[in-house]
Amino acid sequence: MSGLILPRRRFLGGLAVGTGALALGGCDAITENESVLNTIRKADRLTYGAQRILVDRQALAQEFTMADLSPTFRANGSTMVDTPAYQQHIAERFANWQLRVDGLVAKPQSFSMAQLMAMPSREQITRHDCVEGWSAIGQWRGTPLALILKAAGLSNRTRYIVFHCADTLDGRRYYESVDLVDAFHPQTILAWSMNGAMLPVAHGAPLRLRVERLLGYKHAKYVERIEAVTSFANIHQGKGGFWEDGSDYEWYGGI
Amino acid sequence: MSDSEIHGDIAPPPPRADQLVKRHRLSTRAWHWTNALSLLILFMSGLMIFNAYPRLHWGDRGSIHDAAWLEIGGDASRGYLKIGTSEIDTTGVLGHWRNAEGEVRNRAFPHYVTIPSRFSLPVARNWHLAFAWVLSLALTFYMLRSLFNGHIRYDLHVRRDEWSPKHIWHDIKEHARLRFPTGEAALRYNILQKLSYIGVIFILVPLMIGTGLAMSPGMNAGLPWLVDLFGGRQSARSIHFLAAFALLGFFFVHMAMVLLAGPYNEVRSIITGWYRIPQAKEETAS
Repeated sequence: MSGLILPRRRFLGGLAVGTGALALGGCDAITENESVLNTIRKADRLTYGAQRILVDRQALAQEFTMADLSPTFRANGSTMVDTPAYQQHIAERFANWQLRVDGLVAKPQSFSMAQLMAMPSREQITRHDCVEGWSAIGQWRGTPLALILKAAGLSNRTRYIVFHCADTLDGRRYYESVDLVDAFHPQTILAWSMNGAMLPVAHGAPLRLRVERLLGYKHAKYVERIEAVTSFANIHQGKGGFWEDGSDYEWYGGI
Repeated sequence: MSDSEIHGDIAPPPPRADQLVKRHRLSTRAWHWTNALSLLILFMSGLMIFNAYPRLHWGDRGSIHDAAWLEIGGDASRGYLKIGTSEIDTTGVLGHWRNAEGEVRNRAFPHYVTIPSRFSLPVARNWHLAFAWVLSLALTFYMLRSLFNGHIRYDLHVRRDEWSPKHIWHDIKEHARLRFPTGEAALRYNILQKLSYIGVIFILVPLMIGTGLAMSPGMNAGLPWLVDLFGGRQSARSIHFLAAFALLGFFFVHMAMVLLAGPYNEVRSIITGWYRIPQAKEETAS
């Protein structure tokens, strides 16, 4: 090998790395540009609109059998609520948990767990699809959200239902919202039982939303308040949910 | 269209070698570049989405608690790719690589092939879901356009004589010897080109869109047969991943062919439409 080749190789290598870095820098300048991102994020409204047109609003998510259950159902996001009040609720087996229903409703009210569990319930074995890409199958039993909303009497100005949660992640309170199509969907329940047992703390005890046609982050855990609103623009950072506010995950989590 | 000189009902005078002819119509060229951009963005943002959960399963479900048929991972000292029971050391490339600042990262695909280059599932999804629309609408428009302007019938339809194993074998040998069609024959897609374009347009890209939609919980309610067709949501995700790499394979072969067939002439024809008919290097009796 002549001495000339190595420096030239090193030079070419350096050139390649430099060009690559420039191209990457240029790439990120576009792919992370806020106004570009705000434009492409409009695709979420397109997906939302298209699914509302193409998919029957009552169409059920697939249901499975006991044989399909995940041996271990992964718990992620918040798996505990670090407040003395919640620890007290665990000790009391959630006997004194209250679900507040307010906002644009004729009869703002609170439901105790006993009241919710005395109402007609629905049981379903469904697949939980995390936005990260994994899926787990579980059996859920809970009170149809439609029954709770009907009991409270929604104003006809209501467009969204907001779920306020007891848990915090990264110092922010978790919340989520859905439209009325998903809120009144027959499989949308506030689950208090999972795989035949009381809902475990890691999965959102005592109440978690199951909204089966949407991704996992829409399924709010530790639900303590339901609010009927015309717009979620004035709630937290205004994007309709914890992950939507924090990192611009799509509000319509149907894909 | 302006290319009636190629496909007109009246037989045109046979094109001479070295003559400039209109090779690709505007709709084909516009679609080609829309696809090139969309597939690049979809592939790179897709690798980032994979990084959020770098394991693949078969069936309806699959999470960190279930066995995966493919997994990319790493720790402080090494990176690996596991397929079934075999394991490949991928330190430096997959599962263990250094970012632009020189810090070790244990994500599956490295920063220089993902959109964005830092780890961000939401930004990757923003790009992926927007350009999935671009790809799908462009494919729908192109298929309808090609059906009506005769592109499918004239250029992609495989004639009966082309299906003969002898003909296909002859074409494979010619390609292997890097002997590409010249003269008038260069204006028509050869059988291997036809089969690979048909494979991409009618199989791979629709498969990407189909398996993509099969991962949508909203579409699963609307079209439950679609996810069942692929054998469950996690199977759809695995097929989506495999088909993406099949498209990457097509891209490399496509680039190699462009380079070997004469990059200037080929690239000019897909940008401007104009193509210079290559001259035969030697006279061969076929």
